[in-house]
Amino acid sequence: MAGNAEEIKLIDENGRRVDGRKPDELRKIKIEAGVLHRAEGSCYLEWGGNKVVAAVYGPREAIPKHIQDPVKAIVNARYNMAAFSVEDRKKPGPDRRSREISKVTSEALERVIITDLFPRASIDVNIEILDAEAGTRCAGLTAAAVALADAGIPMRDIPVACAAGKIGAEVVDGKVKGGCIVLDLCKEEDNYGNADLPVAIAPRTDEILLLQMDGHLTYEEFEEALELAIKGCHIVSKLQREALLRKYQPDVEENL
Amino acid sequence: MPPPPMRKVVLPGQYLGDSRYLKPGRGTFIEKGKIYAMVLGVFERKGNIVQVIPLKGRYNPVIGDFVIGIIEEAMPSSWLVDINAPYPALLHVSETPWEIEYGDAEKYLKTGDSIMAKVLLIDAERKLQLTLNDRNLYKIRGGHIIDVEPSKVPRIIGKRGSMINLLKRLTRCRIIVGQNGRIWIDGDDENIAKLLLAIRIIEEESVSYGLTDKIERLLKMMT
Repeated sequence: MAGNAEEIKLIDENGRRVDGRKPDELRKIKIEAGVLHRAEGSCYLEWGGNKVVAAVYGPREAIPKHIQDPVKAIVNARYNMAAFSVEDRKKPGPDRRSREISKVTSEALERVIITDLFPRASIDVNIEILDAEAGTRCAGLTAAAVALADAGIPMRDIPVACAAGKIGAEVVDGKVKGGCIVLDLCKEEDNYGNADLPVAIAPRTDEILLLQMDGHLTYEEFEEALELAIKGCHIVSKLQREALLRKYQPDVEENL
Repeated sequence: MPPPPMRKVVLPGQYLGDSRYLKPGRGTFIEKGKIYAMVLGVFERKGNIVQVIPLKGRYNPVIGDFVIGIIEEAMPSSWLVDINAPYPALLHVSETPWEIEYGDAEKYLKTGDSIMAKVLLIDAERKLQLTLNDRNLYKIRGGHIIDVEPSKVPRIIGKRGSMINLLKRLTRCRIIVGQNGRIWIDGDDENIAKLLLAIRIIEEESVSYGLTDKIERLLKMMT
């Protein structure tokens, strides 16, 4: 994360960020539920420059048999980036990064899905990143959650993810100076910023399902960033619910 | 947060009421004395029971249900049958009306054949068994099988069979509805096309009121 901060000014005197957002402002988010008719549940999501499709299959008998759990269902999320999703072609196939994201996403979703209703089964979630612009794991998890609800999977809550981070700090004489905690990092902020903190929660209880950190934050900064990220999650959660109701009940306004 | 009014679509994790005054029904769960929806579905309150009728999802088998299955695999003395549940169901040769020698199972039912069957058994591990030993259970010959959401089956049958009888009367098709969301239909091509349209409309507008009347008007208009 140590970047050439001198080259790009990530936050200006008026507190505006490179893309003109305020520190606590999200990028534009568009969610649509039930877009694929072959999958049991699906979701298309645009989050800033990210474009994500999530598809859910199951619950179905887990194959091969030795991965089955006799008391509950296993949740299998697969995060994949399309070759054309980044500048310079991404080599297709699972790599260290995508396996990590698949694992943490599976574990986050497993926490809210009521898995003991389906012993020996697997619930498969495919997350395809079509276009990437920082924060794809949050976008992927958010889309996967909508797809799961769309598939009629029993859940305790609809999980949601959002990131916060720190940008604009400079190192003077070995000491970190300045910096600002902001919501939902964009590409430049992710590349040249100081820290990124993706968070996934169950919005009903604020239970944390995923928490990762890249870069350095002091304890106070961490607290502030976490609080900001959770605030962002609640905004995104509202959009998720609106998307589902738009699909299944036309008179959305009355219900919210 | 007040509980939602009748016939509202609720989402997983949505608050439905207090468990001190209400009883949790299907599609709900209790957490810290409060009832929440577990699946995406339609909220219903009967007396003091609150429940959520799912809008999507796989068929949840119940013992005694009549289902339409498709043979997935024939084994020496049994078959694996897809009944649209999370798990394939087992049909043993002893649960058929035929006398089958060991290894001859495939001569009676091949992969891809369809059967009308009944759910015989579900064990703790959710292993399913079917039977063909009952009235009106047999191998299907002719006709068509269409798939609908299993949760919409009650809507297609209607109150005391009002919808299904209407469909049978006005399209002159033979219709058999499996609880697992598979429907067997037989009739002439023109009538089948009408029936398919009617079923699609029932599926799409299952949340709305007065559907039986609407379908009746539609089918009468087409004849």
